[in-house]
Amino acid sequence: MSIPTQLKYSKSHEWVKSEADGTVTIGITHHAQELLGDMVFIELPEVGRVLKQKEECAVAESVKAAADVYSPLSGEVTAVNSPLVDEPGKINEDAYSAWLFKMKPSNAAELDGLLDAAAYTELVDSEDH
Amino acid sequence: MLKMTPLNHVHRDMNAKMVDFGGWDMPLHYGSQLDEHHKIRQDSGMFDVSHMLPVDIRGPQVRDFLRHLVANNVDKLTLPGKALYSCMLTPQGGIIDDLIIYFLSETWFRIVVNAGTADKDVAWMLKQRDQSAPQLEISPRRDLAMIAVQGPNARAKVWQVIPGSQSLTEELKQFQSAAVGQYFIARTGYTGEDGFEIILPAADAPSLWKALHAAGVAPAGLGARDTLRLEAGMNLYGQDMDETKHPMESGLTWTVDLKSERDFIGKNALLNTSTTHHLVGLVLIDRGVLRSHQHVVGHKDGSEYQGEITSGGFSPTMNQSIALARMPMQITIGDEVNVIVRDKQLRANVVKYPFVRNGKIMI
Repeated sequence: MSIPTQLKYSKSHEWVKSEADGTVTIGITHHAQELLGDMVFIELPEVGRVLKQKEECAVAESVKAAADVYSPLSGEVTAVNSPLVDEPGKINEDAYSAWLFKMKPSNAAELDGLLDAAAYTELVDSEDH
Repeated sequence: MLKMTPLNHVHRDMNAKMVDFGGWDMPLHYGSQLDEHHKIRQDSGMFDVSHMLPVDIRGPQVRDFLRHLVANNVDKLTLPGKALYSCMLTPQGGIIDDLIIYFLSETWFRIVVNAGTADKDVAWMLKQRDQSAPQLEISPRRDLAMIAVQGPNARAKVWQVIPGSQSLTEELKQFQSAAVGQYFIARTGYTGEDGFEIILPAADAPSLWKALHAAGVAPAGLGARDTLRLEAGMNLYGQDMDETKHPMESGLTWTVDLKSERDFIGKNALLNTSTTHHLVGLVLIDRGVLRSHQHVVGHKDGSEYQGEITSGGFSPTMNQSIALARMPMQITIGDEVNVIVRDKQLRANVVKYPFVRNGKIMI
C-alpha cells in the first residue's frame, strides 16, 4: 500500500494530517497495523488532555500484542474518534481514515520536524530488510 | 537458519506472514487471524503442524515401557487406533512435555510431541529405553508431515479430498485414528472443534494442502491456533506448564492416573506434593486485553493473594478478553479478581473453562 504524500509521519509510526482550522488529526500507519495484525482494543486519550511530543497517549492492542501510541506533537487533545473503540478493526481496513484523535499543536516547529512520505517510506523499507 | 516444514514454500506462495516459532519458520496468518479463527469455528480451516514430531516406538513390551514413561495410563488404550493425552514427567513431577499417544498394535505405539521440546523428549525417551527396555526401537519421524483440519465441516472436506477416507474414518470417535493408505488420520485437534489431524509422508503434504484449499478449507496460522486453543481451554506447553510445574497445578489432574498400582516416573513426587495452586479461567469485565505474565491480585477471607496469567488474549468468539491463570487454591469459580494491566487494575471473573466448545460459548 502506498504511503499518502499529503501526511506527515513520526518514527514511531503515527500519521499526522494538518487540517484547515489549524488542528491536526492523528492515527497509526498502515505499516503499524500490518505489524500488529488484527486490532481488538483501542484506548484513546481524554479530550482536553495536554500532551508533550513523544508522550504515551493511547493504546492499540491486536490479537498479537499491545502497542503504545505516542503523540507526534505537543498540544491539547480536542477530539477523539470514540466509535473506533467499538470497531478497532477499522484500523486494519484503512489505517489512514481510522483516526484516533485530533489536537491543537502548541509548537509549529515540531510539525516541520516530522517525516514526509518519502522519508517515512525509507524508514519502513529499512525496517523490512 | 530456521527449520522449515515440507509446506514452507506453499505458505509463502499463499502470502503467509511468517514468524520464527521456536526455531521454525511458520505461518502466523494468511491475512487476518480473526477471519481464520471464525472460519474454523463456523466452517473449516487447516494448520500445518509438521513442526510437531511423531515418534514411533516399536518392539515387544512397548506397552510396559509406556506404563512407566507417562503419567496417564496406556492400559486405557484397548482398541487399536485409540489415542490418549498425557504428560511425561520428571522424577520430581515436573512436566517434560504433554503429548498424544496412539496405540497401533502391541508392538507399535506412536507418540506426537511438541516442536519446541522434541529434542529433549526424544533424548529422555532414549535414556529411559536404554535403562529399562533396550529391545525397543525409538524412531523420530521427521519424514512425516502433519496437517490439522478443524471445524464443523472439516471431516466432510477431508472425505471429499482423500479418496476412500470416508468409509475408513466416519465411524471414528474422538481420540480414535485409522490408517488410510499412507495417511494416518486421527479425530483429534487443538481447537475445541471437530476435525482430523492427518499424518502423511512429507512429499504428499503440498498436494493434500492444495486439494483441501481448493475444497474450501481456509489456511490458518499459529495466531488463530493460539486463540482457538485458548478458547477451548487447552494448555500450551512452555506457557501454561513446564518442568517447574506439576500437572495438578496446570489443570491436568485428569490426565494423571494415580489409582492404578502401576509405577511411573514422577508418581512418587506427585503423591508427596501438596498442591497450592491451580489453573482457572478468567473473563475480563473491564475493557482491555489480558496477556500472559500479568499479575492477578486481591484479597479474600482477610488475606492477600497473588497469581499470574499463564495464557491470555482476546477471544474472537466471545468478543472479550479471556485467560488461563495460575491462582492459589483459595481462589475459586465465581470470585472476582484484579489483573494488573499496565498502570491499572482491571476486574475479571474466575470461571470454569473451556470458554468455547464446538462453536458454542460455555461461560
